[in-house]
Amino acid sequence: MADAAEAQSGVGTMFPGLARPVTATAEQAVAAADAVAVTGHQMLVNKLSAWYGSHLAVADVDIEIKPRSVTALIGPSGCGKSTFIRCLNRMHEVTPGINKVKGEVLLDGQDIYASNVDPVQVRRYVGMVFQKPNPFPSMSIYDNVVAGLKLTRAPARSVMDATVERCLQKAALWDEVKDKLKASGASLSGGQQQRLCIARALAMEPRVLLMDEPASALDPIATYKIEELMVELKRDYTIAVVTHNMQQASRVADFTAFFLAGEERTGRLVEYGATSDLFTSPKDERTEAYITGRFG
Amino acid sequence: MAAGTVAPGASAPAGGSPGPTQLLFAPDARYTRRRAYSTFMRGLVSAAALLGVAVLWIILAYVIIRGLPALNLPFFTQRPLPYGQVGGGVGPALVGSLILMAVSAVIGVPVGVGAGIYLSEYGRGRFADAIRFSSDLIAGMPSIVIGVFIWAWLVRTVIGNFSGLAGAIALAVIMVPIILRTVEEVLRLVPHTLREAALALGVPQWRVILGIVLPAARAGIITGVVLSLARAGGETAPLLLTALGNQFFSFNLLQPMAALPVQIYNYAVAPYEDWHTKAWGGALVLISLIGALSVIARYATRGNRLG
Repeated sequence: MADAAEAQSGVGTMFPGLARPVTATAEQAVAAADAVAVTGHQMLVNKLSAWYGSHLAVADVDIEIKPRSVTALIGPSGCGKSTFIRCLNRMHEVTPGINKVKGEVLLDGQDIYASNVDPVQVRRYVGMVFQKPNPFPSMSIYDNVVAGLKLTRAPARSVMDATVERCLQKAALWDEVKDKLKASGASLSGGQQQRLCIARALAMEPRVLLMDEPASALDPIATYKIEELMVELKRDYTIAVVTHNMQQASRVADFTAFFLAGEERTGRLVEYGATSDLFTSPKDERTEAYITGRFG
Repeated sequence: MAAGTVAPGASAPAGGSPGPTQLLFAPDARYTRRRAYSTFMRGLVSAAALLGVAVLWIILAYVIIRGLPALNLPFFTQRPLPYGQVGGGVGPALVGSLILMAVSAVIGVPVGVGAGIYLSEYGRGRFADAIRFSSDLIAGMPSIVIGVFIWAWLVRTVIGNFSGLAGAIALAVIMVPIILRTVEEVLRLVPHTLREAALALGVPQWRVILGIVLPAARAGIITGVVLSLARAGGETAPLLLTALGNQFFSFNLLQPMAALPVQIYNYAVAPYEDWHTKAWGGALVLISLIGALSVIARYATRGNRLG
């Protein structure tokens, strides 16, 4: 642990030891880290805005992604929810188009946009699963799971073996593939590929898992398995999921955020709350209109 | 056409629609004419296509007929004899060509692949456009001009004499734009979702390029390198002014070095029948060498599987 002065200044304690909050003495930092270990990892977004060129695509979003729970981001197409979620692990920086982001995203108290934070390390803590399953097609199932480990450090064979089994277990894929770990990742069905991608993300031991419409390219049975998996994973991870499927949100999410873009095509957070409240008694009439299917 | 028209032979339904005399698809003179014209034009373009590639087979057949008699073991192993003597071979030229190609690959492949990576992965804006445009210009530049430049720069000043190294550098200049554009194109074919998948795991970009993007495009990169080697291996003009040629076996890069195209030229311009046959033999060897490289390139692409 760093000394108090360093912890207080907030400089130098950035990402190498992410658990330490910026404003704390060493003792408080230790306490906070312990608390995090018990309660899970939290993301706090303050006034986040994102631009495509000069076009403001997402404006002033304040939201909390609560620890050890699933937060669903819903809304009609073009409301900025996918753009927003890419800002939570700085993937927007390698996405063509989005070129400016303002605001704060605090991961366990530390701003991932602080000037001395390495975006590569942010993505190690905040994993992501994409809409279309994208396993590395020329790699085996085994190599897919440990791809991130192999490309960032050189783990021992025994470590990799253990990681593969643990992550495939967690992704509910182990029983289906344990006898063909050397088979190509591309040989799996779409749903299996998506769970392989989840296992691959888990292998990096992320604190938060972002999912961008993870089931929208899958059939209902595969979708059901992914949803089951999300519920299972939230015991250990903090999950944010973008979905355009409201039934899915109501099934898996503890909290739901409704995004909407107006005439000017700027996405804003309209309403956020516990899923049960938002779906049964929405406070905003636009939310009510959307969830009852009157538009979108 | 009238509504309710039916196939010939069908009885007219009650209600007075036109009788079976009016056919839906009547024989049409215009259609017959058009079909004949189409057949004729198709024959014409097929002939053009045939003529285009027939040249290849004619050249190949002629080179084989004229060159085959020259081929025997001494032809491959012996050095050219002094002017006017019967016998000798292309040994030094064969060795020299292989050395020149290897050295030019050592120089040209890293530059070409590196520049291709830059253009595909980082190249945005005017600087990248300028590089693309310049590389196209170099690719289109007559190779003798490249030879003259290397002669003026390296042979005359820096190295001080004709040398294999100068020849290899001239060939590398010819190879770089070919490799660069091929590599840029095949890297662009690697789906963005693959890069995204790796980046989202917290893999630094340079590791994504080395560990994911380049392996995915491996076959295409090999193809580009091999094709550029084939092109460089056949160049004559820049070598006349740089590597010069050599009657003897030489492995010294700082001395003049023999090369097959140059040796073919020297044999061909001599006034002896025996030497002319050797020129044909040399041409056959060169064509086979380049043909083999093209086959390798094809083979590498055959298993092409992105990702």
